[in-house]
Amino acid sequence: MGLVARLVRKCRARSPWILLFDTGACNACDIEVAACLTPRYDVERFGTLLRGSPRHADILVVTGPVTRQSRDRIIRIYEQMPEPKYVVAAGTCATSGGVYWGCYNTYPGLDSVIPVHAYVSGCPVKPEAVLMALSILLEKIEKVEV
Amino acid sequence: MSFEVPIGPQHPIHVEPLMLRLKVEGELIIDVDVDVSYIHRGIEKGLEVRTYLQGLYLAERICGICNCAHSLCYCLNVEQLLGKEVPPRANYLRIIVEELSRIHSHLLWIGHYFHTLGFETLFMYFWRDRERIMDMIELITGNRVITSYNVIGGVRRDITPEIESKLRKTIEYVRERMNYYDKVIDSEPSLLGRLQGVGVLKPADAISLGTVGPHLRASGIKHDVRLDDPYSGHDEVPFNVVTYDTCDCYARVKVRMGEVLESLNMISYALDNLPSGDYRLKIPPFFKAPEGESLSRVEAPRGELVHYSISNGGMNPYRYKVRTPTLANLLSVAVMLKSKGDYEVYIADVPAILGGIDPCICCTARVIITDEVKKKRRVTTLTELERYAREREVRKS
Repeated sequence: MGLVARLVRKCRARSPWILLFDTGACNACDIEVAACLTPRYDVERFGTLLRGSPRHADILVVTGPVTRQSRDRIIRIYEQMPEPKYVVAAGTCATSGGVYWGCYNTYPGLDSVIPVHAYVSGCPVKPEAVLMALSILLEKIEKVEV
Repeated sequence: MSFEVPIGPQHPIHVEPLMLRLKVEGELIIDVDVDVSYIHRGIEKGLEVRTYLQGLYLAERICGICNCAHSLCYCLNVEQLLGKEVPPRANYLRIIVEELSRIHSHLLWIGHYFHTLGFETLFMYFWRDRERIMDMIELITGNRVITSYNVIGGVRRDITPEIESKLRKTIEYVRERMNYYDKVIDSEPSLLGRLQGVGVLKPADAISLGTVGPHLRASGIKHDVRLDDPYSGHDEVPFNVVTYDTCDCYARVKVRMGEVLESLNMISYALDNLPSGDYRLKIPPFFKAPEGESLSRVEAPRGELVHYSISNGGMNPYRYKVRTPTLANLLSVAVMLKSKGDYEVYIADVPAILGGIDPCICCTARVIITDEVKKKRRVTTLTELERYAREREVRKS
């Protein structure tokens, strides 16, 4: 890896911007991910910012089982994000379908729809777990090709 | 000349996927179409194929924020089917956790509401204090958000004297902070300008549109399931129903601020008068419910929550129906967002008005109703559009 490439990676890992999208969650994971932004957990110290538009985002955090209606939207949002892009599946539902397993309108996990780089377990995820997932992902972004 | 502005399903004003199609003339909104179907997961059908105990965990995940209200309503429903009464101590413990989750929901909403209005500092303050409440919920129930505290026949855990003293300290802290925020909100002209006179819903409209909860009480109507149809020992715990009569977004903030203080008082009262004895009935994990139907109502943080079930004597319900408060309140958003006569709505007011009902879409999109609603809305839209056009013509001339 050349010097420039190393520098680019280092910079990239210092300012990851996040987009939060709910594909059918019960809101619990959403508020826990949102709690990461608040004073006690303060995810902004890693240089992260919550953005409103997929075109600004580097990391897509998805909560909830993917429902039939939101499947096309999540694919479109993923395609709108600029490269390189990373996806975090937050919560048991996004990982595997969770408690909604067998419901007629949900898909078994986010990775059946778009590629996923990090999974966070928990129902709902704890803010500490989200912080840990982010820090591991940032380390990977800096050191190895994800 | 009117344009259609789509808001959502992915939009910064609301985390959950909600689609608003606004018809605008210049800055003025003349019509709105609401689509909440993105989170339809098929929970009602899911409940029919699960046993009563498995269903409890699915019912709890209808909504994460008001999970306590959903699990309480489900438990009351099943207990009613079985004809069981929970011990008095369980009732009081249920009240304590229910009110704690109401406080956490209201603090979350007020903080997020100010965030959407562009008032970041109060957002951070409210969420910081909410963490104290979350700590208490975690201490009592074992988890922060999805608590699984209510079980069929009582509650999962008892509280110890140590937890009780910590809880009392937290109550004092939050009460002090709420009194301070009350002053901050009233002395902030830029905030009052965004709230006062915005999204007015007259009491008569509020009743005819079937709104519930704090949204209805902000229109000056005294309605609370805890008072009208007491469940789970609420008739023993005194409280005041907070109402406010300016009917605008400011009233919605004030009602919820008042309710946080009332909930704190209720928790102190419940701690003072906590009955001794068992906190849980012994109910086997697999059981058959007798044939029949049952209906339970709970005052969730967002309003009246209704669960209805039919049993045909099997291991799982034959039919389960949930009616959530946001579904009842969304109709009023469609009305509040439309300019009518002197009442003008601008695009900048959309977050304030939509946020004002405390929308919780994950509760709402459980039944496929959008097609029906859309059809209805389309019929009214044309005639209403014509009428608006005519009214605007008259006003211009």
